[in-house]
Amino acid sequence: MKILVCISHVPDTTSKINFTEGDTKFDTNGVQFVINPNDEFGLTRAMWFKEKQGAHVTVINVGGTETEPTLRKALAIGADAAIRVNTAASDGFSVAKQLAAVVKEGGYDLIIAGRESIDYNGGMVPGMIAGLINANFVNNCISLEVDGNTAKAIREIDGGKETLSTSLPLVIGGQKGLVEESDLRIPNMRGIMMARQKPLTIVEPIEANNETTSVKFEKPAPKGAVKLVSPDNLDELVNLLHNEAKVI
Amino acid sequence: MSVLVYTESEQGKFKKVAFEVASYAKAVADQLGTTVTAIAINASNISELSSYGVDKVLNISNTQLDAFNAKGYTEAIKQAAEKEASKVIILSSSANSKYLAPLLAVSLNAGYASNVIEAPSSTAPFTVKRTAFTNKAFEMTTINTDTKIVGVSNNSFGLVEKSGSASAEDFSPTISDLGVKVESVDKASNQVSIADAEIVVSGGRGLKGPENWGMIEELASVLGAATACSKPVSDLGWRPHGEHVGQTGKPVASNLYIAIGISGAIQHLAGINASKVKVVINTDPEAPFFKAADYGVVGDAFVVVPQLIEKLKAFKAQQ
Ligand SMILES: Cc1cc2nc3c(=O)[nH]c(=O)nc-3n(C[C@H](O)[C@H](O)[C@H](O)COP(=O)(O)OP(=O)(O)OC[C@H]3O[C@@H](n4cnc5c(N)ncnc54)[C@H](O)[C@@H]3O)c2cc1C
Repeated sequence: MKILVCISHVPDTTSKINFTEGDTKFDTNGVQFVINPNDEFGLTRAMWFKEKQGAHVTVINVGGTETEPTLRKALAIGADAAIRVNTAASDGFSVAKQLAAVVKEGGYDLIIAGRESIDYNGGMVPGMIAGLINANFVNNCISLEVDGNTAKAIREIDGGKETLSTSLPLVIGGQKGLVEESDLRIPNMRGIMMARQKPLTIVEPIEANNETTSVKFEKPAPKGAVKLVSPDNLDELVNLLHNEAKVI
Repeated sequence: MSVLVYTESEQGKFKKVAFEVASYAKAVADQLGTTVTAIAINASNISELSSYGVDKVLNISNTQLDAFNAKGYTEAIKQAAEKEASKVIILSSSANSKYLAPLLAVSLNAGYASNVIEAPSSTAPFTVKRTAFTNKAFEMTTINTDTKIVGVSNNSFGLVEKSGSASAEDFSPTISDLGVKVESVDKASNQVSIADAEIVVSGGRGLKGPENWGMIEELASVLGAATACSKPVSDLGWRPHGEHVGQTGKPVASNLYIAIGISGAIQHLAGINASKVKVVINTDPEAPFFKAADYGVVGDAFVVVPQLIEKLKAFKAQQ
């Protein structure tokens, strides 16, 4: 099985979010970048397929040279090869078009992407790849098994889950649940050394317009101070929620 | 050229988000000087949409679409968009709408903006405000394509009632191979889901163990709320993964979020920033959550929550 894992290069979850150039650009100053958490679950599941069933795993990112350390980290975790599509990731649709072009070229059976990236939260790349290559698609995937050409997946739905059967080629939008948290891997020394030998191919982008343009960012207005209510006076809390906040 | 809105139903009944997206579609249609057409799939009481500004309902009855299927629903909505020559399509932020929206975007070659929280600030260029960086910021986005898809964040726009009447028209889209088959659905029917909830009651590691969740459930039941939890709680297996709220879990955009025994780590707060009113109950007055909260009680959850349940029961009885 040939697996492609899409890796988004995102600010670490503890990052302070700031903007520059008149609030039009994300300020990367002092920000640590990591593998998008949803993609990390997918990458770990791909490693499972590789070790248990035999699979060749390629990781891919659409972005500039600054994303290569993130791809190297995925190689150190155990992916066999990496691809970087050499263009800035500007909007979800154009990123999906770049990824779909690589999938068509490489003939992958299973494409694993994260449900959404934690920076722009677009939630569109996995589904758009599926649409562009006309493959089956399961979003919010929390369990995946593949047997030959057929796949069984569980996806999270609002208030529960759903078990699905489908066939390859398949694209999933993965998330927490795909593997246990405790199974996530930290690259070890050997992995890091081996990653240096593994191929990181740079692919030039296809032509793709931006369907959306990010115009400006804003930060939420600063919050007023918390109103403390004594634990001995919970009537006051009920009163505030009813009369002041009007939420009950 | 009407604005098209997909109104979700479950077992024939419209979900609350259906009325919210209809309200949103009406606001966009007013800006564009046009009408609203709703797509209703296997819904029984389509006249309910009249109260939220819908002018016309395309009524689809199709057993192939009884269970939600992203590809099948995409085909239905695409054909409706073509029939109505719609250039703006409105969806919700339910798991199902977010599942089908990217497929629809590809099939209509349309730009898609998800997590949108306000009516467009301008329709030419078509610019919307959406949340980004897991609610730590907002992004103004312009959709450049001829056809535009807007995913409205739940509970962001609210319901706007309008008196009117909607005409109904039966519509029979052609649905091809679905590609993905639903084998089974596992869903607690009597529980409010986090995505639909107006109130969410959430517990953290401060609750010490799963055996103490009875009071969280009782508080939720008094308020008609959904239950949720912090990440360690689901990692420890005290609660199902689906309840984990935050940057790597579910986002919550409820009107009221009650956090009990949760410290308020940045990754947790990111997921609940979009909630309107936040209440924190925590023994530690230094817990970071107090900086993000509107109302706080410094106290022991095991003392405060049972009392709060009693007070709320008394309050509800009076209403
Ligand atoms: C990559 C990454 C992603 C993450 N994503 C998420 C995420 O999506 N969501 C998330 O929640 N976390 C996430 N986390 C974890 C996060 O950093 C915190 O560890 C977590 O939110 C803490 O959960 P907690 O508040 O329940 O537990 P704790 O930090 O242990 O806090 C427990 C709180 O309970 C209080 N308490 C104790 N006893 C009582 C009592 N009797 N009554 C009242 N209060 C009491 C304590 O004062 C304390 O404030 C992530 C972490 C990482 C590294």
